[in-house]
Amino acid sequence: MFRYIVRRLLQMVITFFGATFVVYALLFAYVDDPYQVLVGDRPISDIQRATLEARFHLGDGFFTQYWHYLKGLLTGDLGESMTGRPIGDMLAQAWPVTIKLALLSIVIAAVIAVGAGVLSGIRRGGAFDTVTLVLTLVVLALPIVVLAPMAQLVLGIQLGWFPVTSGRDAGLYELLLPALVLGSLVVATELRVTRSSVAENLRADYVRTARAKGLAPKRVIGVHVLRNSMIPVITLIGVDIGVLMSGAIVTEGVFNIPGVGFNLFRAIRSEDGPLVIGFVSVLVIVFLVINLIVDLLYAALDPRIRYE
Amino acid sequence: MPGKSPWKMVAITAVIALLAAGCSGSSSDDTEVLPNSISIGIGEPPSLIPSNAVQVNASQVLASLFYPLVRFDPTNKPYMVAAQSITHDKSNKVWTVRLKPGFTFSNGEPVTADNYIDAWNYGAYGPNGQAASYFYSRIDGFAELQSEDPDGDGPEKAPQPQADKLRGLKKVNNLTFTVTLSEPFAGWMAVMGYDAFYPLPKAAFSSDGVLNKDFGEAPIGNGPFKMKGTWQHDDKIVVEKVADFKGTIPKVNGITWKIYQELGAQYADLIAGNLDIQTTIPIENLASASGDLGDRLGRSDSSSFSFVGFPMYLDKYKNVNVRRAISMAINREEMTDQIFLGSEKPATSFVSPAVEGARSNSCGQWCEYNPTRAKQLYTAANGPRDIKITYNVDGGHKAWIDAMCNQIKASLAINCTGSGLPKLRDVIAKASAGEDIGLIRLGWSMDYPLMENYLGPLYTSDGSSNYYGYKNSTFDSLVRQGSVANNTKQAEQLWNEAENQLVRDMPVLPLRFGQNVFGWSERVTDVTMDLYSKVDIYSVDIAS
Repeated sequence: MFRYIVRRLLQMVITFFGATFVVYALLFAYVDDPYQVLVGDRPISDIQRATLEARFHLGDGFFTQYWHYLKGLLTGDLGESMTGRPIGDMLAQAWPVTIKLALLSIVIAAVIAVGAGVLSGIRRGGAFDTVTLVLTLVVLALPIVVLAPMAQLVLGIQLGWFPVTSGRDAGLYELLLPALVLGSLVVATELRVTRSSVAENLRADYVRTARAKGLAPKRVIGVHVLRNSMIPVITLIGVDIGVLMSGAIVTEGVFNIPGVGFNLFRAIRSEDGPLVIGFVSVLVIVFLVINLIVDLLYAALDPRIRYE
Repeated sequence: MPGKSPWKMVAITAVIALLAAGCSGSSSDDTEVLPNSISIGIGEPPSLIPSNAVQVNASQVLASLFYPLVRFDPTNKPYMVAAQSITHDKSNKVWTVRLKPGFTFSNGEPVTADNYIDAWNYGAYGPNGQAASYFYSRIDGFAELQSEDPDGDGPEKAPQPQADKLRGLKKVNNLTFTVTLSEPFAGWMAVMGYDAFYPLPKAAFSSDGVLNKDFGEAPIGNGPFKMKGTWQHDDKIVVEKVADFKGTIPKVNGITWKIYQELGAQYADLIAGNLDIQTTIPIENLASASGDLGDRLGRSDSSSFSFVGFPMYLDKYKNVNVRRAISMAINREEMTDQIFLGSEKPATSFVSPAVEGARSNSCGQWCEYNPTRAKQLYTAANGPRDIKITYNVDGGHKAWIDAMCNQIKASLAINCTGSGLPKLRDVIAKASAGEDIGLIRLGWSMDYPLMENYLGPLYTSDGSSNYYGYKNSTFDSLVRQGSVANNTKQAEQLWNEAENQLVRDMPVLPLRFGQNVFGWSERVTDVTMDLYSKVDIYSVDIAS
């Protein structure tokens, strides 16, 4: 177990540098003239350009720039955004609200998906199953760019059930609507996977054996079926956290939550290379850690899996 | 790993998640909001240092923190605000600024001539890289504060500039200083109304010419409001009234500048009553805005000007009748009504009529929709059978460019295509290289309310934004004569003559003048906006 974790951590270091290198290279190709974005339509003066170039090392070659970035990263200095704000501060301000939002939506999505998925798996072909099938199809068909403003208009403005926008210090209630919208991105697939996994396991040999032994149906489903059915669902939830981070780009914009998605979108739009890299670096770490946790969770669910 | 109780683990995770989400559960609409204060939506400003603010969000916030030398009346004439008097010598070259006595910064420091001189020197010094530095370029000695990189993007660093203080700024006494321009300019007083000409307190500088690192986070100004706390990035900037302010006192006690990334979210907050003023109603909400807001929807002129430049460097557009015909082939009203839903106005002059002295229909018949006449002219002039309009795709111009092309096709029976390039910079680079990119989409917003601010940069031979190669020495000299004229009346007359030359030459095709389309909540009243798309913070009031 311990050796497994160490091995994974070492792999993570390599993946991290690989991923940031690729992102850096892509950005290097994409960013054309970030100074011009700063001043709008007016041509920028030579001396302004030179000043900014020196500050962000943007006149240097690709590897020199990447080296500057790595050096900064290893010394804990993420640099400054093109508008002169320290990226470390921006990260510290943006992450809490995004983490809150992601956790809240993952919990909402998981509770709905597992609950409804198990029920429809048990009563396959029943009315409940059909209704959830239709509902999930509807949710799947609606892209978040439509769903988010629609939910805001109907539930926020017209019915007044939820606050229309959140802010940086949003509480549970303010984040509920964005979290619901965000959760709807993943709830459909999670539900379908739970359902088919439960349905399949219900027909497995060990379930028949358990039933033949005379175990109570509650115990058969609650312990034997569920635990085995959760393995693919947990994997999916792990991956979904990544989906939620990217889905947050739209949701955070619509509900005005100054989190990670919000910053990333702005950074890309304004060609703010240092800012993109700063946020992506942390996103990569989050992905890697979540994947590790998911893999470790397998062992908890399936005793046959052992990490050596 | 305990293999026994996965459900407990899931439950614990869920509880932790909910606790984390709810731990700062207090509402965001906290107790900080002052009574009688209002909220205005903005985007995140790039900087709150006056000499670095060339963008409307920053300018808007700074207008509450600082008190300018001059402001502009409804006809855009400058009048004294922080200045007691601004006088000039006969040649319009040496300007003397006398300050009103008794003013202080919000930290208690008295406002003196030094505060202006220090701030302007800082802004003009090239290595400080201030975005608004070009505003000081008329002041004598500006060139010595700049330096050029000898090898462009190469490894050699630009040398230190020769000087770090503007030669043209001289202190006379504590409340008086003189500004010497490198050449006479009659409109200088209007220029000094801009943000770049605010003073900075001594407390802003850590040493001579070096700005405190954190000054931009909580600027100290000489205005009617002061910062309450620091700039909450991406969230809000709260300002409150300065006690015993000597100048015009605003009617509200404080303003919360709420920062939004998207206009859509801002609009949602406006109609839900969480925001008091939105300065730009997004175009996708314009159709429903009058229903949502009723008489709380306002419109006023802004200074923005959209036009299409003719590539004067290409032979096929050399004939002025070709250019006139294309201009007459376009139905400007239809475009502003159908596509911009009335958020812009048709343009029939080369200078925004909102500026003092400018006329609203100088272009006359050449900017009127007249497809029959257009076709006759075009055929007679043997204009190109195939024209292209080049634009940058990141600005949302496709819809109207396509509409304009369809109008040209219908009126002139020729082929017209819109051609998108990724960035404005690509468009400009190709135009500057003299490539055949057809007609060029461009836009302009003024820096100070003078006709010269349109005529100079856009149409003179060496104008900073003349990308279409219009060169006419008569025009150039008329603009110049206007700039050095003895008084504004004479200047305006000369500038109008210059504009007449443009009408004869038609180097561009005027299309639209911008409008501020803004909305407010039931809580506030007397909301007005100026040409720079800023809310007038002095007139806005709480509805009784």
